Amino acid sequence: MAAISVSARRKTEPPAHADPSQGRAALRQRFRRHLTGHGFLLGALLCFAYFSWYPMVREVIMSFQKTKRGKTTWVGTENLDRIFADPDFWHAWRNTLLFTVLALVLGFAVPFVVAVLLNELRHAKAYLRVLVYLPVMLPPVASVLLFKYFYDPGYGLFNAILKSLHLPTSAWLNSPTTSMLSVVIAATWMNMGGATLIYLAALQGIPGELYEAAELDGAGLLRRIWHVTIPQTRLILSLLLLLQIVATMQVFVEPYLLTGGNGPRNSTLTVVNLIYQYAFSFNNYGSASALGLVMLLVLAGFSALYVRLSRTND
Amino acid sequence: MTRDRLLRRTVALAAAAGLALTAAACSSGSDAGNSGDSGKPAAGASLDPNTKVTISIDCQPPTTKPAERKQWAEDVTAFNKLYPNVTINAKDASPCEEPASFTAQLKGKTQPDVFYTYFTDLEQVLDADQAEDITQYVNEQTVPALKDIDPSVLKTLTSEGKLYGLPTTNYKMGLLYNRKLFKQAGLDPDKPPTTWAEIREDAKKIAALGNGVNGYGDYSATNQGGWHFTAELYGLGGSMTTEDGKKAAFNTPEGKQVLQNLYDMRWTDNTMGATQSLKWPDLMTQMSTDKLGMYVGAPDDITYMVQTLKGNYEDYGMGPMPGGRGALLGGADYMFKKGSTPDQIKAGIAWVNFKWLTMGKGQFDYARTKADGLPVGLPQPFLFGGSTLDADNKAKAASATVPVQNYAPYLATSVPGKTEPANAQQIYKVLDGAVSAVLTDKNANVDKLLSDAESQVNQVLANLQ
Repeated sequence: MAAISVSARRKTEPPAHADPSQGRAALRQRFRRHLTGHGFLLGALLCFAYFSWYPMVREVIMSFQKTKRGKTTWVGTENLDRIFADPDFWHAWRNTLLFTVLALVLGFAVPFVVAVLLNELRHAKAYLRVLVYLPVMLPPVASVLLFKYFYDPGYGLFNAILKSLHLPTSAWLNSPTTSMLSVVIAATWMNMGGATLIYLAALQGIPGELYEAAELDGAGLLRRIWHVTIPQTRLILSLLLLLQIVATMQVFVEPYLLTGGNGPRNSTLTVVNLIYQYAFSFNNYGSASALGLVMLLVLAGFSALYVRLSRTND
Repeated sequence: MTRDRLLRRTVALAAAAGLALTAAACSSGSDAGNSGDSGKPAAGASLDPNTKVTISIDCQPPTTKPAERKQWAEDVTAFNKLYPNVTINAKDASPCEEPASFTAQLKGKTQPDVFYTYFTDLEQVLDADQAEDITQYVNEQTVPALKDIDPSVLKTLTSEGKLYGLPTTNYKMGLLYNRKLFKQAGLDPDKPPTTWAEIREDAKKIAALGNGVNGYGDYSATNQGGWHFTAELYGLGGSMTTEDGKKAAFNTPEGKQVLQNLYDMRWTDNTMGATQSLKWPDLMTQMSTDKLGMYVGAPDDITYMVQTLKGNYEDYGMGPMPGGRGALLGGADYMFKKGSTPDQIKAGIAWVNFKWLTMGKGQFDYARTKADGLPVGLPQPFLFGGSTLDADNKAKAASATVPVQNYAPYLATSVPGKTEPANAQQIYKVLDGAVSAVLTDKNANVDKLLSDAESQVNQVLANLQ
């Protein structure tokens, strides 16, 4: 195949000693032939350049600039120094890491378990899949407001249930100790449908013979999961884990809507919330860009790992 | 070349060209509305009626406020009789300024020629270099009531001796209370508490009504906790920063008293309820549903509770700021976009003067406001002193539609207004944490919270120098 395409290419390319006018004509011919493709490619390139690459380059530039009274000056690493000296910087990273860990414990394990259970079920599979996916179809704001009502310490659903069971109630979003967990529970409920479907697809790619062989060997459900399911889905699990890390570290909507961004004693202030505050509350685009750059570098590390794993998967 | 291929190529090239043009259009910014004549008559003179000029202005009332929108249209028509040469391109918005969008507009230089801002926005607008100095355009010829505008209001719009905006409304904070709950709790609704000790006592009686009713409420999220901390500190005679604005000045007995009061009401008296991290308009929602007795707020909160939350004017009263030593003063204004022509600035000033600063016209046409079913008689705005204030009070009393006597305690006590500190939002954010802590953490240490907040604010202010 490779030999055919090489020979085909050779037929269209002029030899090195050919007449220059013939070479130009061939070039024009080739350009005309690929005009459509280049036209579409140009559109995509312009889109990416203007809406993705240009803002990223601007962000890096603005990380080292400061604007005062309309004058923009280069300030070296001043913005970075300033954000590192801001106590909220460390608060935000601590909270973001806490959110990521909690979101992975809940948001990674729960969908996997649900997917395994759905895969094992013999009846009502389709209905249950719809039920699991339903929260993803709700607009995030609607879901968050629903949870805000559930969490209200005075009239919320959760405390009403706890009271009816004669269990101690919680302050949920109103306490520094429980606010982040409350945000994670809401986020997990909102997003687990998508992850569950991906796990389910991976599970269904496992050859049935492996399970049959395991069953013949006397393996129960847990042993089948341990010896067949997990090894067979290891790469998908690793990739999804990395994607979830990258996604959860950029959490913004849930804490912003549930707790106003900061939460009790800054307990739900995340890095992206802090970027938002620098930019839109304090009009400090330099610090916002610098923090964005730090975030970019951290997430780039995880993304590199993801690319590496993807190649392994291929 | 087949027709299909030709078509595909044409589509692809057209798509690419379209994107390129879109990108170019986005990057060049819109100059629509900047079509004024750039002739240079004397800046202090009124607008030449022969000069055609177009200005864009935001904060036109939205369609959800039909009466206010109708009034805006009527005012534009009346204004155009005086200035037929001026075309006003109105842009509706509710709220008039949303901070995140406003910040982005300044960065993209896409705000209208005459744009709405809050008093606290001046530093941000100047840092973005997006406002024209209008000092030379504003005089008693262009703004006849200028001499009667409260100097403290004009001060908030002035930097380094230059005037950058004209006010449209202002407020002084006080104690809002639910008269219905006061009566139910056996309190006199005509005598609201004036000290924090009295507030604590009254809050206990109101909270004792049960059924989820809280005696007192306060914000503690999205910087509004810091804003209310500032208002309560002003009431006790304190200041947020030193005179030069370079250091924090709230770590004082008054600052401690503010946090301690909140802590005691939340945890010792249990009169503030367990639901915290409140932000605008949560307190209004609670009060309009008769679940909240008192909170610190501005008079136009009453309008919101009635018009949006369907409360009754009769149920709400207003008293002076607890402590009575100072009341936080805020408000809104219009500024003029950098790069506007002199004629656009003059036209903008003429419009703001007509709509917002002329007795009997625009917002001061109380007879029309009454006829349109909108409230007349709220103690806001109070932009003027002198003869203009007297005229305003008389006109307002003649058309009053709200129970003015409910605000008598607020009006009877003359509490001096005090403007918000420079770089208010940065400072408020720090204090938000302290207020949030005393309301959500039973083990909160007030002294440590204040001292931590002080060092953080000092750092923030040092960084801003």
